[in-house]
Amino acid sequence: MYQYDSYDQSMVDARVAEFRGQVERRLAGDLTEDQFKPLRLKNGLYLQLHAYMLRVAVPYGTLNSRQMRMLGDIADKYDRGYGHFTTRQNIQYNWIKLEDAPDILADLASVEMHAIQTSGNCIRNTTSDQFAGAAADELVDPRPYAELLRQWSTFHPEFDYLPRKFKIAIIGSETDRAAMKLHDIGIQLVKNDAGEIGCRFYVGGGMGRTPMIAPVIGDFVSPLQMVSYAEACLRVYNRYGRRDNKYKARIKILVHEIGADEYRRQVEEEFAHILTLGLEPPAAELERIKGFFEQPGFDANASDELDLSDPDFALWVDQNVHAHKQPGYAIVNISLKPVGGIPGDATADQIRLMADLALAHSFDELRVTHAQNIVLPHVKKADLYGLWQKLDEAGLAAANLDLIGDIIACPGLDYCALANARSIPVAQKISNRFADLGRQRELGELKLKISGCINACGHHHAGHIGILGVDRKGVENYQLLLGGCEGADTSLGTITGPGFNEDGIVDAVEKATDVYLAQRAEGERFVDTYRRIGMAPFKEAIYAKEPANG
Amino acid sequence: MVEQNLRYRSDEPVSDPAVTVDAFADQNNATAVRIEPGDDARALLPHLDRIALVEVNFPAYTDGRGYSAARILREHGYAGELRAVGDVLLDQLSHMRRCGFDSFAPNQAISSEAADKAFATWPDVYQKTVDGRPAIWAKRHPA
Ligand code: HEM
Ligand code: SF4
Repeated sequence: MYQYDSYDQSMVDARVAEFRGQVERRLAGDLTEDQFKPLRLKNGLYLQLHAYMLRVAVPYGTLNSRQMRMLGDIADKYDRGYGHFTTRQNIQYNWIKLEDAPDILADLASVEMHAIQTSGNCIRNTTSDQFAGAAADELVDPRPYAELLRQWSTFHPEFDYLPRKFKIAIIGSETDRAAMKLHDIGIQLVKNDAGEIGCRFYVGGGMGRTPMIAPVIGDFVSPLQMVSYAEACLRVYNRYGRRDNKYKARIKILVHEIGADEYRRQVEEEFAHILTLGLEPPAAELERIKGFFEQPGFDANASDELDLSDPDFALWVDQNVHAHKQPGYAIVNISLKPVGGIPGDATADQIRLMADLALAHSFDELRVTHAQNIVLPHVKKADLYGLWQKLDEAGLAAANLDLIGDIIACPGLDYCALANARSIPVAQKISNRFADLGRQRELGELKLKISGCINACGHHHAGHIGILGVDRKGVENYQLLLGGCEGADTSLGTITGPGFNEDGIVDAVEKATDVYLAQRAEGERFVDTYRRIGMAPFKEAIYAKEPANG
Repeated sequence: MVEQNLRYRSDEPVSDPAVTVDAFADQNNATAVRIEPGDDARALLPHLDRIALVEVNFPAYTDGRGYSAARILREHGYAGELRAVGDVLLDQLSHMRRCGFDSFAPNQAISSEAADKAFATWPDVYQKTVDGRPAIWAKRHPA
């Protein structure tokens, strides 16, 4: 894992000091709330329905046990004993006091963490593949590049007041586990026929009220020009992105309105200019960073044997354990989606336990996933059974990864000031309805994603089944979407028709799964069946009138 | 009304009023020009040698186009005064300086002590820009 040197540390420390001063000025009345708002937002501090919410950055979703432990301690010390892991691979605390915020940031800085640029119209925390450095299908480890982007984007003086927020994701596998094409910039590390690494830049994707899949803008940018290319993409956006309407201010609208070709032309022109300025960190810097991401000291003799005689353990292994590139090792997914639970929530004790397990069994590493789960990336197969038992005791062994119980949900009206409807209770009801694991497994991979309003923080557009909370004449109402998907075959969901109330939406989801079960062909996932048979059969079943009696 | 002006240059201030970018194109004796957020700073590039002052207006601090305008001018060798005017707040000063501004005419006065403190916010910087500060990567790998 990357470790700060004195430069990195002093930058984060400077930020804590700066923010402490800003909070003091606010509390003393020297700053109005209007003036303070953009400053606190740049430190991840939102004012929500009930309290301040603090969003802490987990750069490219990677943590060590010390950092994870600190997240647990902060939950105890400053919040109500839990934290909420989000689709942005970050963690949020929902019950924060303004006066505590500088101390929390100082605690975070003591373990090389921060909340820098987790909000506001700036470049946000870069996200990545939660299996980076471990996945069997990996071409290039994206983490060193993500770290390079982290440093470049941190306190970037030109791009702090962009038209709108800006999210970058970077991956290095064929399988896209980071919804890369649904970001303002998605970078896929690829190799050409000569075996050289290149960065494929997808620019102008996003969700929100106008979901768009990003087109390729730079097909094969040299990794030693990645920062310059990103700089060019951002500069064109900063100068020409729309600022007249905040709903049209994301880069996706610019790329869409002027067209990918024209945007590419402008970027190339700016890129040619920027290359003359020598802004790119040297190869030696990339090499230095790569040094932190060497393979951990795997045991070359680790056995691939696994005793699956305990059936519950066998189910968990089948569902939650993923292939590792190193023989004898596995990637463990810890689902934060127990039956009836709040997706992504973990208690301080659970957070600390996961930290301990990472230290004991995963070379001191954890990842946060955009599906609001936790990953232990490097676990010896021989350790799996003992690990599973400890997870199970702590309520962390739900064997439902990528099943219908593994729901993504935004905070919704329970916390969020922008919400139209609650997301969490709907997630809980669906989770309870499909509590039976056998039934979930029968349904197979089924990604269900819920947002409490059109902003789409819960990725509902990209759910095989998506649920969108809307406000219908002052009453919470839920629209159903089918056929969304992230990854290599990214697609956007389609609304089935009129919305439902809270119970109605749970029934509608169940009817949709019934149609799938009845119609699926061998080997088809829910989304495959939907793509083959189309919306009509689903619509028919979902909106069928109950047969009249007699 | 005393218009406060923070200035970090040793040459004589220009007294000419700044004209708009459009007007500037027609007046070949003008030496001061004012850029609005929607103006293309590159339109000034052919005339850099006769410009002594560029004012970049920030009608609202949230509109960050002026940061790019400033950098573009500096990147193309503009060496005259570059002044940020308008809704220029204390917390934006250090980034503005990094983008090449060397004078500031904020709507609301900022004391020079407060400004000095703001400029000193970052012990180091991650990016190479036009202010001559070495990026952290350059310090890590001295040539
Ligand atoms: C609770 C307070 C939150 C507020 C006020 C908020 C606000 C917003 C807004 C306004 C947008 C739409 C931006 C646009 O389209 O221009 C958005 C998008 C998004 N937010 Fe949030 N959000 C919140 C929480 C979250 C959480 C908890 C997550 C992660 C679970 C999250 C992740 C995202 C994602 C992934 C998107 C869509 C991707 C994109 O187009 O940017 N947000 N959010
Ligand atoms: S989708 Fe809407 S309700 Fe949900 S967190 Fe985002 S802004 Fe809030």
